[in-house]
Amino acid sequence: MVQLVCKDLCLGYDGHEIIGNLNFEIEQGDYLCIVGENGSGKSTLMKTLLGLQPPVSGKILTNDGMHRKRIGYLPQQTDIQKDFPASVWEIVLSGCQNKCGIRPFYSKEQKQRAMVNIEKMELQKLKQRCYRDLSGGQQQRVLLARALCAAEDILLLDEPVAGLDPIVTEEMYRLIFELNAKDGMTIVMISHDIASAVKYADKILHIGENVFFGTKEEYLESNQADSFAKGEMKNV
Amino acid sequence: MSEIFNKLSLYLQYPFVQYALVVGVLIALCSSLLGVTLVLKRFSFIGDGLSHVAFGAMAIAAVLQFTNDMPFVLLITIISAVLLLRTGQNAKIKGDASLAMISVGALAIGYLLMNIFSTSGNLSGDVCSTLFGSTSILTLTPDEVWLCIILSVLMIAVFILFYHKIFCITFDESFALATGVRARLYNLILAVVIAVIIVLAMNLVGSLLISALIIFPALSAMRMFKTFKSVTICSAVLAVVCAVLGLLISIAFGTPVGSTIVAVDIVSFFIFMIIGKMIRR
Repeated sequence: MVQLVCKDLCLGYDGHEIIGNLNFEIEQGDYLCIVGENGSGKSTLMKTLLGLQPPVSGKILTNDGMHRKRIGYLPQQTDIQKDFPASVWEIVLSGCQNKCGIRPFYSKEQKQRAMVNIEKMELQKLKQRCYRDLSGGQQQRVLLARALCAAEDILLLDEPVAGLDPIVTEEMYRLIFELNAKDGMTIVMISHDIASAVKYADKILHIGENVFFGTKEEYLESNQADSFAKGEMKNV
Repeated sequence: MSEIFNKLSLYLQYPFVQYALVVGVLIALCSSLLGVTLVLKRFSFIGDGLSHVAFGAMAIAAVLQFTNDMPFVLLITIISAVLLLRTGQNAKIKGDASLAMISVGALAIGYLLMNIFSTSGNLSGDVCSTLFGSTSILTLTPDEVWLCIILSVLMIAVFILFYHKIFCITFDESFALATGVRARLYNLILAVVIAVIIVLAMNLVGSLLISALIIFPALSAMRMFKTFKSVTICSAVLAVVCAVLGLLISIAFGTPVGSTIVAVDIVSFFIFMIIGKMIRR
């Protein structure tokens, strides 16, 4: 089932175009990695997919199943969050806010949902801890648990492993991969790390001067992957 | 020592002292509740900025010779608050800069207008009391006290009902927007509530005090507590305690009310900072 189609999409700020003519589609259960150099417009693409900013031209078509309230989002950390006094529980629970509507307090089911996601991200022991006292990897897991509270079937992640050490990075990739493989969650991830992108993803969208969209196998055979990260590819 | 207690118990029988206590406590409570969000959203200075806007609006109202300037002042302040809180992340001029611009600009224009079109003989006295609220908290009328009680109760009710939503948009506005939370609506509500409290408080206690009441309790609470809920509760309790203490001291020693409360807040901030450091060790 197709969840999202982008047709002739042009992105940018204030009518100023950064990338043009993007055509791709995301199907239920896909693991799509968006790769490209710094400044190529990866984050802009994600913001546009999320509806945080309008496209310059073109269309994003979604099926009825992909309502805004079914999306989970793992943003990059902001300055505000670094010294924010909040417990892990408060933050994860706030992911359920999109299911509250006008109701002022969280229901029993929503608390249950938050608890399930805390367990899924292996955060039980940190539940009452303060967010700002956690390590970078733990903080990312908290934000991922929050995203899961909001998500029904699609998860968008903006550089989920930025600034994490190699062991924690592997851990993070494993958790995300399990969400895709076990729960059938659609994953759309921005990544710098081309080796891991190719290792886990089944589709690749490479943006830059030449745009590539296709399966991982097609990508590896194309020239683009070669020129982008030849060295890293040998390990895969 | 007993002399001071006698003096206090004597003064506490006067209605104007009781009014001051009620209003002081309520305004401290309301602004400290909002303070936690504002400080975390990097809008600590909004109390100052908006009260200068209200000051400018009052000057305009005086020039235009409105008989009742309250609705006009409130409207202008609400509009400014909405614009300020809306600029958020993608604005060309960042939050702190636009805040500083509006704050200084409104103050200058207000003073200019008052100076050119002044009808009162004691201009600097008027300006001083609007900004520092020198004695206005001791000259409250029963009507003002009731207005303050009603608005405070409303504000606290709104805060409790929107508590979780406020947390959500404070911690991460883009996540809230992306997942379909009506962040813009809640920001709007927050802005309106802030504007109402500031205009109210400015008339009653002056703009110096309102800024301090927004910033200090929240910052002190954050030294010691680590969850949003505990910070909010601690900040509210602390604000009330400091307001009462400050008022009593100012009555007993005849010091200016606003600055005494701020001084107590400063002392409490350092106490909390030291305790916070000791706990973390």
